[in-house]
Amino acid sequence: MGLSPVLWQFLVKWLHASALFPAEASGISPYVDALYFFLLLMTVFGTLLVGALLLVFSIRYRRERNPVATQIEGSTLLEATWTIIPLAIFLVTFVWGAVLYFRIYNPPTNAMNIYVVGKQWMWKAEHPGGQHEINALHVPMGQPVQLTMISQDVFHSFSVPDFRIKREVIPGRYSTVWFEATQVGTYHVFCTQYCGTQHSGMVGTVTVLTQDDYKKWLQQSTSGMSLAQNGERLFASMGCNSCHSGNAAARGPNLAGVYGAKLTLTDGSQMLVNDAYLRDAILNPSQHVTAGFAPIMPTYQGQISEDGLIDLVEYIKNMQSNYRVQQTQVTAESDQAAPTTPPQGTNETVKP
Amino acid sequence: MSAAIGNTIVSLPDQSTAQIPKRNYINNEHGLLSWLLTGDHKRIAILYLISITFFFFIGGAFAGLIRLELLTPQPDLVSSDTYNKFFTMHGIIMIFLFLVPSVPATLGNFLIPIMLGAKDLAFPKINLLSWYLYLIGGTLTLAALVLGGVDTGWTFTTPLSTHYLNTHVITAATAIFVAGFSSIFTGLNFIVTIHRMRCPGMTWFRMPLFVWAHYAASLLMVLGTPVLAIAIVLVALERLFGIGVFDPTKGGDPLLFQHLFWFYSHPAVYIMILPGMGVISEVISTFSRKRVFGYTAVAFSSVAIALFGFFVWEHHMFIMGVSNYSALVFSLLTMLVAVPSAIKIFNWVFTLQKGSITFETPMLYSFGFMGLFTIGGLTGVFLGSLGMDIHLTETYFIVAHFHFVMVGGMLMAFLAGIHFWWPKMTGRMYPESLSKLAAVTTFIGFNLTFLPQFILGYLGMPRRYHAYPAEFQVLNVLSTAGATVLGIGYMLPMLYLGWSLKYGAIAGDNPWQATGLEWQIQSPPLTENFVEIPVMDHEAYDYEWLANKTKNEVITVG
Repeated sequence: MGLSPVLWQFLVKWLHASALFPAEASGISPYVDALYFFLLLMTVFGTLLVGALLLVFSIRYRRERNPVATQIEGSTLLEATWTIIPLAIFLVTFVWGAVLYFRIYNPPTNAMNIYVVGKQWMWKAEHPGGQHEINALHVPMGQPVQLTMISQDVFHSFSVPDFRIKREVIPGRYSTVWFEATQVGTYHVFCTQYCGTQHSGMVGTVTVLTQDDYKKWLQQSTSGMSLAQNGERLFASMGCNSCHSGNAAARGPNLAGVYGAKLTLTDGSQMLVNDAYLRDAILNPSQHVTAGFAPIMPTYQGQISEDGLIDLVEYIKNMQSNYRVQQTQVTAESDQAAPTTPPQGTNETVKP
Repeated sequence: MSAAIGNTIVSLPDQSTAQIPKRNYINNEHGLLSWLLTGDHKRIAILYLISITFFFFIGGAFAGLIRLELLTPQPDLVSSDTYNKFFTMHGIIMIFLFLVPSVPATLGNFLIPIMLGAKDLAFPKINLLSWYLYLIGGTLTLAALVLGGVDTGWTFTTPLSTHYLNTHVITAATAIFVAGFSSIFTGLNFIVTIHRMRCPGMTWFRMPLFVWAHYAASLLMVLGTPVLAIAIVLVALERLFGIGVFDPTKGGDPLLFQHLFWFYSHPAVYIMILPGMGVISEVISTFSRKRVFGYTAVAFSSVAIALFGFFVWEHHMFIMGVSNYSALVFSLLTMLVAVPSAIKIFNWVFTLQKGSITFETPMLYSFGFMGLFTIGGLTGVFLGSLGMDIHLTETYFIVAHFHFVMVGGMLMAFLAGIHFWWPKMTGRMYPESLSKLAAVTTFIGFNLTFLPQFILGYLGMPRRYHAYPAEFQVLNVLSTAGATVLGIGYMLPMLYLGWSLKYGAIAGDNPWQATGLEWQIQSPPLTENFVEIPVMDHEAYDYEWLANKTKNEVITVG
C-alpha cells in the first residue's frame, strides 16, 4: 500500500468518530425511531417500486423489442389502486404521527419545571431552586422534565436531537416541551431557528445525571436564592404587594392559590391561570382584569426582564397564603421614604 | 448524431441539404431594440432564459461557497455574517429568480400559445412588462448583494428581519415584491390565454398536460403571490416606521408573519414543481410513443395539487406553538396533498408500459426526475407527520427534502424540457452523447450531495449552521464532494448548448416525431407561429393521427 500509515490511521479514526444515528437518550426516542423506520421502509419500498417498474418497462418495451406502441387510455382499476393504497399508508402515518405529537408535547403531571430563556446567542436555564446555567442544562435521569421557554429577542428553537425533542422559543410567549432522559451522558443542544450572526454558536449541552448526582449538583450550584425568593423581592420592590395584599379592601385581586384556578374576567370570559396568563397579566393588565376589580394596574412592559418575569411567575405560582405578602408590606410601609412607583429599568440590580 | 439509427426516434432532415428556415422569429427583426421592445412570446421566453440562467449560476456559486465552508466543522473560510449572507442570497436567488420563473417564463412562455394554436399570449405587452419587472427584481437583488448583502434567510423571519439586522433587508424585500408582480402577470397572462385563445377544436381535454400544469400553477401565482407582497410590505412598514404588526413588545404577533409568509411560500413550492410536471408528461409520452396513461387523472391531479396546496401552510409551523388541534387538521391535509403527486408518478410510469421506448437525453432527465421526486415526495410525508416533524424540522433533513423536490425534481424537469424543446427553440440539435453524460453526471452528483444530508438531518444537524460538531464531518465532506460533481453536471449543458447554437445539426420541424402542435410547425417557428389558424381534430398524444399525417410526407426544410 502506498498510503502512509499516519494518513491511514487518521482516516480510520475520522471515519470511526463519524456519527450515523443519534443516541436514544429519552423515553420518547424509541417511539420516534419506530415511526422513522416505518417511514423509511415506505420510502425505500416506494422508490424501489418506481425504480423497478421503470427498469422493467424500459427493458421490456424498449424500441428494439417493441417497435410499435399499444395505445392505452388508462385504467380506472389501476388508478384507483394507486390512489387508495398511498392514501391508506399516508393516513396511517397521519394517525401515528399525531399520537406521537401529543405524546411529545403533553407533559405528565409529575414533570418538574425548568425555565429556559433564549437570547442572541445563548441559552439561559433557570432552575426553581435558583441555579442558573448558560448554554448548559443539568437534569436528573428518569424524571420527567418540562421546559418553560421564552425568547428575549428573536425566534429561537430549542432542540436536543438525542432526545428527539424540539420546540420553537418565541418572543412574547411561553412555549413548553418535556422529556424524560433515560441515559446518563452529555448531549447536544442546538438552536435550530436561524437567529442572526452567531446562530451556529447558540449551542450547549444537556447533562443527564443520576438522581443522587443531580441532588449533589443542585446543592453545589445554588445561588442561595430560589426563583420564588427572587420573585418575592421583586413583588415587594415593584410595589405589587400594595394592591395584591390579600386584604379584603385591597385594590387588586388576592393572588394566593390563584395558580391553576379558573378566573372570570370583566368581559365575562373564563381564563385558566397558568404561567402564560400570569406573564401576560403583568405586561398587559388592561386585557386581563379580574371581574370585580377596576382596571387601574399599570403595564410593566419594558420595565422587567424575562428573567424577572420568571421569578415573579414562580413566586405567584407557589404563593399559598398572603402572610408573607403582608409582612413585606409592613416592612415597606415602615420605610416611608421608599418610592411607591415601580423602579425604572430592569430588575437585574435587585438580584444578588 | 451518435446514437445508432435503429435505437432512436430522431428523424433529422438530410444533413447535406438541411437549412434553417429563411424566415423565423429569431431573424425576423434585427438589433438589440427589436429584442428589448418585442411583444413576441418566443423572444420574451429567450430573454427570460438568458436572465434566469445568469441568476442560476450566481445562486449556484453561493451554493458552492456554502458547501466549501461546510467542508470543515470549524467556521474557517468566511465569517459568520458572510456565511449567513451566502445562504440568504442562495435562497432568494434560487427561489424567486430561478425556480419560480424557470419553466413557466421560459418554456411556458414559448410553448403555451403554440400548443393552443394561438399567435401569442393574450397580453403581449404585459408579458414584456413581466420580464422587465423580473429584471428590476433581479437588479435590486444584485444591488442588495453588491451593497453588502442581506442575512435574513430567504424566509425573512420576524422580528429578526424587522428589528435585529442592519443589512439591506428593504432592498431585498423590494426585489422580491417587484419580482412577485412579474410572476402574477405571467400567471394572469396564462390563465386568460388558456381560457380565451384556444384554436378551433382545442377543447379543454385536448390540451397537452403541459398546459394543464401551467394552468394550475398560474392559479397559484395569481392567488398566492399577493399575500407574499402584503407580508413583505408589512415587514417594510415595521422596519421603517416601527409599526407593531409582528413585534410582540408593541402588541404585534410574531407568528402572524409566519402564517402570511407560508400562505404564499407553500403554494410557491407547487408553483415551482407543477410546470416541471407538465414537462415530464410531454417528454414521457413522446419517447414512449404512447398517450399519457390516464390523461384526466393527470390533468385533475394538477388542479387538485393547486387546490389542496393552499390549505397546508401551517405544516411549516408544527413546532411553533400553534394549537395542537389545528396542527392535526393541517397534517391531515398535508397527507391528502401527497396523493395527487403519487397518482402522477404512477401514471407516468405506466405510460411506459407497452410503449416503444427510446432513451434520448430528455428521457434520461425525466427518469431522474421520477426517481428523485419520488424520494422527495415520500420524505415530505415524514415532515407532514406531526410527531416525526418535531425531530426533523429545521435540520438538514428538511434541506435534503426540498432539494430533492426542487433540484432533483424541478431542475431535472427544467433540463429535460430545455433539451426536449431546444430543437424547436433554436432549430438545432444539442450533441446527444455529451448531453447524456451530463444527465448521468447530474444524477450521480445530486444523490451524492443530498442523500448524506438526510442522515445528517436525523442526527440533528441544524440548517443554516456555519459551524457544526466534528462527528458530522464525514457526511458533510461527502455532500461537498457530490456538490462538485453536480456543479460539473450543470456546467456541461451551458457549454454544449451554447456550442450547438452554431454547430448543432439542423433539427427540422419534428425531430422527435411528437404529436404536439408545436412540432407541426417549422423550427424555429415564424413570429406569428402558424401560417394559418390550425384546427384541432384529435386529442393530445394521438400517435395514430401523427402516423397517418406523416405517412406520405417527405421531410423538407428550408
